Amino acid sequence: MLKELLIIMISSSLVSNVVLSQFLGLCPFLGVSRKTNTASGMGVAVIFVITLASAVAGVIYKYVLVPLDITYLQTIVFILVIAALVQFVEMFLKKYIPSLYESLGVYLPLITTNCAVLGVALTNVQKEYGILEGVVNGFATAVGFTISIIILAGIREKMEYNDIPESFKGMPIVLVTAGLMAIAFCGFSGLL
Amino acid sequence: MNSVKERLLNGLIKENPTFVLMLGMCPTLAVTTSAINGLGMGLTTMVVLALSNTFISLLRNIIPGKVRIPAFIVVIASFVTMVELLLEGFIPTLYDALGIYIPLIVVNCIILGRAESFASKNPVLVSLFDGIGMGLGFSFALTCIGAVRELIGAGTLFGISILPDSYIPCTIFIMAPGAFFVLAALTAIQNKVKIAGEKKGKDMSKIQSGCGNDCLNCSDTACTKRFYDEKAQNPESKKINGEEDETNA
Repeated sequence: MLKELLIIMISSSLVSNVVLSQFLGLCPFLGVSRKTNTASGMGVAVIFVITLASAVAGVIYKYVLVPLDITYLQTIVFILVIAALVQFVEMFLKKYIPSLYESLGVYLPLITTNCAVLGVALTNVQKEYGILEGVVNGFATAVGFTISIIILAGIREKMEYNDIPESFKGMPIVLVTAGLMAIAFCGFSGLL
Repeated sequence: MNSVKERLLNGLIKENPTFVLMLGMCPTLAVTTSAINGLGMGLTTMVVLALSNTFISLLRNIIPGKVRIPAFIVVIASFVTMVELLLEGFIPTLYDALGIYIPLIVVNCIILGRAESFASKNPVLVSLFDGIGMGLGFSFALTCIGAVRELIGAGTLFGISILPDSYIPCTIFIMAPGAFFVLAALTAIQNKVKIAGEKKGKDMSKIQSGCGNDCLNCSDTACTKRFYDEKAQNPESKKINGEEDETNA
């Protein structure tokens, strides 16, 4: 059991990295990666939300959708659950853990429309993971996202001072960087 | 009839969702490993877009303003589920090729963006054709990107061998990194066009090189950066370092 969880952990965080090989969550990846501290804030918020969302989605799938035989409604149910969950988390943190809210608060609304959250919930169902495996998969996916966004932010900070051709300024050079990172992450495919 | 034609051309060329507005980048990168996959994804999205635009336009006077976004999402998710089931039943090869990206059409910013910025304010017929036009533009763009990647990465086009056998395919272009490189080239061309146009004094504000560059003119209401900016403009939340830098991105 522990071995299987470890394999899920490595494969979701490194081998099939959520951004660099599955292209989920590209908007925050490209949009919030100018500075390492904002990037890591976003990463922590994503870890928090995705882990929670995959747990809740897993429970709802197993104890509501399957017994009622309405699994075909999963997309609708998951997207509503995620939207509600993010709202709820934001309210909860604001009221009870203000210090955490201050550091994560701005990133939370961003995550509602992050396709990685819905993507993980759907992958868990598709791969027939149980609730524990689903949570581990969600956590590992989010860790993978955090790793790649922090690396990209680090590279972008260095790149600020480089002389870049005019048409490649801004997004194009970031995408080239992301492509090179994706090549590097291809190297992990021999890991499993 | 003029407005119908205008809507179709608008989606296809003037406000092409991929080449001009840069919306819906996740599916654009993920499924364009071949021209046929790109076309399949584009047409699937077009069907959902046309249906959801029509339906939301019909309901535009009934849905209360405050809950409109969740209502739109439910409408869109229902159509996506229907299309997914139809694909699974009738075109299983495409269903397998697109995989998880079919249900993820729900979070495609193009669809929610059109619902919010067009369908919720305009009559049914125009909204339907706006959806079809945008969908055609998206399909066109995805097919083009897919064709380029397939040609360089495998030497084929729509599965037919085009390049001579002596050509050694550059496999990286049909793998994940290739998608980033093709998109980088695309945004670089966009930048070039934009700079050239601005020098001639044309209004180039429509062209978005990368999502979130120009939030004020952005029609994408589902865009994550917009929330971010609203939050950032709120002085209470300005306690985090580096946040202001992001808004100037």
